[in-house]
Amino acid sequence: MISVIRLTLSRTTSPRLLRVTGVALIASLAVLAAAPVVRVRVIQHPLDVAAFLLLVVAVGVFWSLPSDFTRRMKRNPLSIAGFVIVIGFVSVAALAPVLASPQPGTRDPYLIPHEGFLPDPQPPRLGHPLGTTGRQYDIFYGLVWGTRTAFRVAAVVVTISIVVGLVLGSIAGYYGKRLDEVIMRVTDIFLAFPSLVLAVVITAVLGKGLDKVMIAIAAVGWPVYARLLRGEILSVKQRDYVEAARAAGAGDLRIIAQHVIPNTIYPFLVYAAFDTGVIVLVAAALSFLGLGAEIGYADWGQLINMSRSWILGLPGNPFVYWYTVVFPGIVIFLFVLGWNLLGDAFRDILDPRLRGST
Amino acid sequence: MTTFVARRLLLLPLVAFGVTILIFALLQFLTPAQRAALFVTDPRQLSQIDAIIRKYGLDKPVHVQYWTWLKQLAQGDLGWSQTARMPTSTALATFFPATLELTIYIFIPVVLIGLWLGTKAAVRKDQFVDHFSRFFAISLRGLPSFVWGLIVLMVFYGWLNWFPPGRLSLDADLFVKSPEFHRYTRLMTVDALLNGQPWIFVDALRHIVGPAMTLVLVEMALIVRITRSSMLEVLRQDYVRTARAKGLAEPVVINRHARKNALIPVVTLTSLIFVGLLGGVVLAETIFNYPGIGKWGAEAAVQLDIPGVTGFGMFIALVTVVGNLAADILYAAIDPRIRLQ
Repeated sequence: MISVIRLTLSRTTSPRLLRVTGVALIASLAVLAAAPVVRVRVIQHPLDVAAFLLLVVAVGVFWSLPSDFTRRMKRNPLSIAGFVIVIGFVSVAALAPVLASPQPGTRDPYLIPHEGFLPDPQPPRLGHPLGTTGRQYDIFYGLVWGTRTAFRVAAVVVTISIVVGLVLGSIAGYYGKRLDEVIMRVTDIFLAFPSLVLAVVITAVLGKGLDKVMIAIAAVGWPVYARLLRGEILSVKQRDYVEAARAAGAGDLRIIAQHVIPNTIYPFLVYAAFDTGVIVLVAAALSFLGLGAEIGYADWGQLINMSRSWILGLPGNPFVYWYTVVFPGIVIFLFVLGWNLLGDAFRDILDPRLRGST
Repeated sequence: MTTFVARRLLLLPLVAFGVTILIFALLQFLTPAQRAALFVTDPRQLSQIDAIIRKYGLDKPVHVQYWTWLKQLAQGDLGWSQTARMPTSTALATFFPATLELTIYIFIPVVLIGLWLGTKAAVRKDQFVDHFSRFFAISLRGLPSFVWGLIVLMVFYGWLNWFPPGRLSLDADLFVKSPEFHRYTRLMTVDALLNGQPWIFVDALRHIVGPAMTLVLVEMALIVRITRSSMLEVLRQDYVRTARAKGLAEPVVINRHARKNALIPVVTLTSLIFVGLLGGVVLAETIFNYPGIGKWGAEAAVQLDIPGVTGFGMFIALVTVVGNLAADILYAAIDPRIRLQ
C-alpha cells in the first residue's frame, strides 16, 4: 500500500495543484476587492470563504491524482454517483443567492424568511415550492441556504480535527514512549463518549449556537484522526527511507513533515471524506434536538425541528405534513450518502485490496 | 491472558478519572452560581446560592474545587436534576433500566439478522442476496436516524396505530404502579412475565418496537458489511479449501469452519454498535417519548439542567468504557493472537 501511495506522490503533478489554488486565491481576492454591492451578494459569511478555499484545494488534490486513478474511479458507477451528488451540493451552495434569493433588505440571508406566524406547516404552493414549516419558514429556502451551513460546519470541523489530530497524532506516533502513552490515554477519554452524547453535553454547557455545535463536534472528532495518524506513522517510521533521511542528517521536524506525513496522509483524507457526512449528520441531529442554530437559521436539522410538534398530522389524515420531514430528510440522506460513496471511491483507489468489500 | 485482563482493568479507573477531569474542565466555562447548582440536592436550597458558593468553595482555586467535586461524586451525589425533578443519581437509576431494555431489544435483532444477512451475502457473492445486502448497507449509511424515526412514528403510530410512543399505555401504567405488581428487574417486559401478566408484556413490547425499529435498521448496515467482508476473507483461506476438499457438507464448512473465524472482527464491532446505540437512543427515545436516559439527557441539555446533563454524560461514558473493556476481553479470549501483543 505504501508503495502505491509513494508512486502517487512521485507522479503527482504539483504545478497543476498550484495553478488551481492560485486561481482560487485570485478569485477570492477579486471578490474581496470588488465593490461592496457585489461582495455582499457573494459572500454572506466570512467562513464561506474558508469553506470555498478548502473545497477548491480538495478539487485540486483530486485533479492532481494520476489519470489511471481517475479512470479507475470512472469505471465504478457508485463512485460516479457519489461524485455527482457532492458536486451537485457544491453547486447548490455556490448558487444559493440565485436559487433562493434573499429578500431585499435582509441583514442576514441565513435567516429563513417567513410570512406570518401561522402555527401549522402549509403544503407546497406557488412561491413556496416545498411548503413551509410550522410558523411559516420556507422549506426550499432553508434547504438551499442550509447547504452552505452544512458545508461550513463540515469544513470547519474537519479542519480543526485534522489540525489537532495531525499535531498530536504525529507527536504520539513519532516520539512514542511516554508522550505517546499520555496522548493515547487522552484520546481514550474522549472516545469513552458516544459522539452524540459528548456533543450534547458540550453544547449544553457552552450554550446554543452553530459555533458551539462546531466546537462540540470537533472535540468529538479529533481523537480518531490522531489515532489514525499515529498508527500509520508507527508503520511508516520503520521504513528504510526514514532511516535514510535520518542518516543524511535531517531533523525530526523535517522527517515528520517531509517524509512521514506525506506517506500517511491518504488514509487520513479517506477518513475525512467519510467524516464529512457524519459531521453533518451529527450537526443535524443536534439542531433537531434544539441544541443547534437559533430558530429560523437555515439549517437542515433545524427545519425538521421547526415542524416537530406537527409530525403526527391530523386525526384521520396522519400524513398531512409529510413534506416537513421528507424533503429535509432526503437532502440530509443524499448529502451523507454522497460523501460516503466518495470516501468508498477514494479508499478503493488507494487500497485496492479493500475493493468490493462494501 | 490474566496479565492482559489485569492491564485492561487498570486502565478503567484511569479513563474514568480522565472523564471526570474532562467534565470538570467543561464546567469551568460556567459561572460559580451556575456551578453551585451541582451541589443542590433539594429545590428549596435554590434560594441560598451564595451560601452554597461559599460553603463548597466555588470561588477557591481550581484544584481545590475539583477535589471537593470529586468527593461529592464519590458519594454518589451528582446534584439536583431540574428536568427529572429528582436527584441526578436517582434519575439515572430510574431511567437507565428502560434504556437498557430498549438496547437489548435492538441489539439482539441487529446481531442476528446482521450476521445472517452478511453470511448469506458472502456465500452467494455477486448473486441477488449479495447485491441486495450491499445496496441495503450503502443506502442505509446515509439515513439520518431521526428522520427515519419520524417516518416510523408517522406510519406505525399516526396511520396504523400499532406502536404508540411512551413506555406503557394508561391502564397498564396504572397496574404497574399498583402494589400488586413487583418490580424484580425493572425491565418492564421481564417483570411483566415474572408477575404473570402477559398483557403488560405485550403492551410494553408494543411501545418498544417503534424506537427499536428506528435504530435496528440504521445499526444493522454496519454489521452486514463487516460480516460479509470478513466472511469473504475467511472463505479464501486454505483451511476452508481443505475442509471442502475432504468432502465436508457445505453448511458444515460455512458454519463450523468459516463463520467462527469470521466472527472475530464482528465481536469488536458489536461493542462499537453498543456504544453507537447509547448515542442513538438519545434521538430514538426523544422521538418516541420513551422515558429512558437518552430522552432525559436531551431534555436536560435543552433546558440547561447542568447537573442532569453532566451526570448523564459521565454515566454513559462509564457504561461505554465498561462495554469496551468487556469486548476487548472477549476479543482476546476468542483470538489468541491479540494477547501476545
